[in-house]
Amino acid sequence: MEHTQIEEKIHPMENLLRMDRIPHIWCPGCGIGNAVSAFAEALDKLEFDLDNVCVVSGIGCTGRVAGYIKVDSFHTTHGRAIPFATGIKLGNPDLKVFVVSGDGDLVSIGGNHFVHAARRNIDLTVILVNNFIYAMTGGQVAPTTPIPAFTTTSPFGNFETPVNVPRLAEAAGAVYVARWTALHMRRLANSIVEAFNTPGFSVVEVISPCAMYYSRTNKLGDGLDMMKFYYENSTIKHGEPTDNLDIDYQKEIIVGKFIHRERPTFSESLKSWQQQDNGQG
Amino acid sequence: MKAEPKGLLKGKHRLTGSQACAEGAFSGGCRFLAYYPIHPSFNIVERFLERSADVDGVFIQMEDEISALAAVLGAAWTGKKTMSITSGPGLAQMMEHIGLGVMLETPCVIIDVQRDGTSEGLPNTAGGGDVMQARWGSHGDYETIVLAPNSPQDMFDLTIRSFSLSEKYRTPVILLTDAGVAQMEGDVTIPDPKNIKMEKRKYYKGKKDSYLPYQYDKKDLVPPMVDISQGYRFHVTGLTHDERGYPVMNEQCQEWNVHRLVNKIRLFSDQIIDIEETYTDDASVVVISYGITSVDALEAVQQARKEGLKVGHLRLRTIWPFPEKKITQLAKRIQGFVVPEINYGQIALEVERCARGDAQTFSIYHPSKNIGQSKNLLKTIKEKVKKIG
Repeated sequence: MEHTQIEEKIHPMENLLRMDRIPHIWCPGCGIGNAVSAFAEALDKLEFDLDNVCVVSGIGCTGRVAGYIKVDSFHTTHGRAIPFATGIKLGNPDLKVFVVSGDGDLVSIGGNHFVHAARRNIDLTVILVNNFIYAMTGGQVAPTTPIPAFTTTSPFGNFETPVNVPRLAEAAGAVYVARWTALHMRRLANSIVEAFNTPGFSVVEVISPCAMYYSRTNKLGDGLDMMKFYYENSTIKHGEPTDNLDIDYQKEIIVGKFIHRERPTFSESLKSWQQQDNGQG
Repeated sequence: MKAEPKGLLKGKHRLTGSQACAEGAFSGGCRFLAYYPIHPSFNIVERFLERSADVDGVFIQMEDEISALAAVLGAAWTGKKTMSITSGPGLAQMMEHIGLGVMLETPCVIIDVQRDGTSEGLPNTAGGGDVMQARWGSHGDYETIVLAPNSPQDMFDLTIRSFSLSEKYRTPVILLTDAGVAQMEGDVTIPDPKNIKMEKRKYYKGKKDSYLPYQYDKKDLVPPMVDISQGYRFHVTGLTHDERGYPVMNEQCQEWNVHRLVNKIRLFSDQIIDIEETYTDDASVVVISYGITSVDALEAVQQARKEGLKVGHLRLRTIWPFPEKKITQLAKRIQGFVVPEINYGQIALEVERCARGDAQTFSIYHPSKNIGQSKNLLKTIKEKVKKIG
């Protein structure tokens, strides 16, 4: 009896992912996996020597991303991925440094670092996965939770004004700001490429479902339902003023590229100013 | 790391403790500083910034001390020797990253110029209240290396040693100084860069696909390091991790991990501990001191000797690891210890513990207003000697 020869296929992302760590820890229907796929696709498109790429994450569900990407990667402290990455970038300006973390990590506990890295224009590309909730700690209200969503710590519905991430990033000085939902895979990957190619502090927000807490607490169906809902209720409006980018509960989500501008980066400025002082400028 | 003699000083210079510290950092190979402004540490920062262009140094003023130490850790993984400079309230903010530095095994140096606490305290006066903060401030179990200079020359020398120890043991090292020593002026002899001997970071040089970030050397328990972009594509985490650097959430791995982190310093503490003894051979009472207080203490002890009292002096150039064996041995043959500090008795507690009840321990509060007045100290020492004798 002849056996059919089965061709051994390599997963297209095998070079980019730590396959020895699969299966990953994320829940079924979570959007972080999509963000990782888009990120991997972007790295592929950028055609970097992966030895020079570095990924830094903070703490939380998205904080685990660094551990799955097969490049030099750091899983740091809660909220401090950006300053850790700042040190890396200044220590070796030739490195291509990405920060991948969640909304709670980057704009709550790490909010001040987000603002100041943008202001200084540190050359980092930040992928911020926004799932509107603290998921790993058990579904607490986040700085991004829409009004009046329920969470384990907003039992009467959230009444705090959520952060509008693109608006915050623009005001602080980011040179590139975009937002997509987890199902805009191709556009998301393209945005990450464009963000990286814009020297300075760039932010790509990814709207992602949290099936375990956000959807369940608010009875919004499973993760896939939510992923489709966000996608179908999104409107692409490139260049939309960031003032209009607030996210209301279960309403339209405006996505697209909002900011794309040029500003000297911190490293460029430090070097040229130091040289001027030395009489070499 | 290649030697960079460019821009380094050598020979004799009149420097403050702060200036000597910055020069020590440069001579010790440090080329990266992240800090947040705070008194009374800022003079060291100022010197670093002024001289940074001469030595190709990079610096950044961060938004707080939390981020300052985070940046220092990040930059250390690019192969640079890195440091931060702060004072008590800033050191408190750095605690979470001292923990991360210990866990990721990241060499770096923190200069803490102590001021009088509590809380904001008296920002411009010398303090000594960070001794226990420097030892136990971060959560969880870990060992720490803390050095305490007492003159501008000592600032220079111990700053270099701080870098040397941090590279060897792959851990954050704290140079615990105070406003008194930082503001003190004195002659500092800076050796030719070629003659400065330092421990080097141990690098992994094996095959790229067989690198395990926490596979350690059985001899010294320190795993060899790699820099970012050397092609090893490593992962490290602040979570409990295995040899691969991957998080493993069980007690067994926790023990494997923390045991070694503690032992890589605890078992080698004899090589780290540095003390200076004066007149201890025949002493019946030994004064133990460190930092600015040790200047007054030694003077008082010398005067006491002139007056015929059998008093000795033991100065801690390293505070942590604590010279436990030395104190225990001394306690067996002397009557008591006198411990003057600019705090209400932090090291005194440690001395008392190590004396095991064989000798009495007296804590002396030597506030910053008494600095430079060894007579006050002498008086108190005499009182204690009388009590013990």
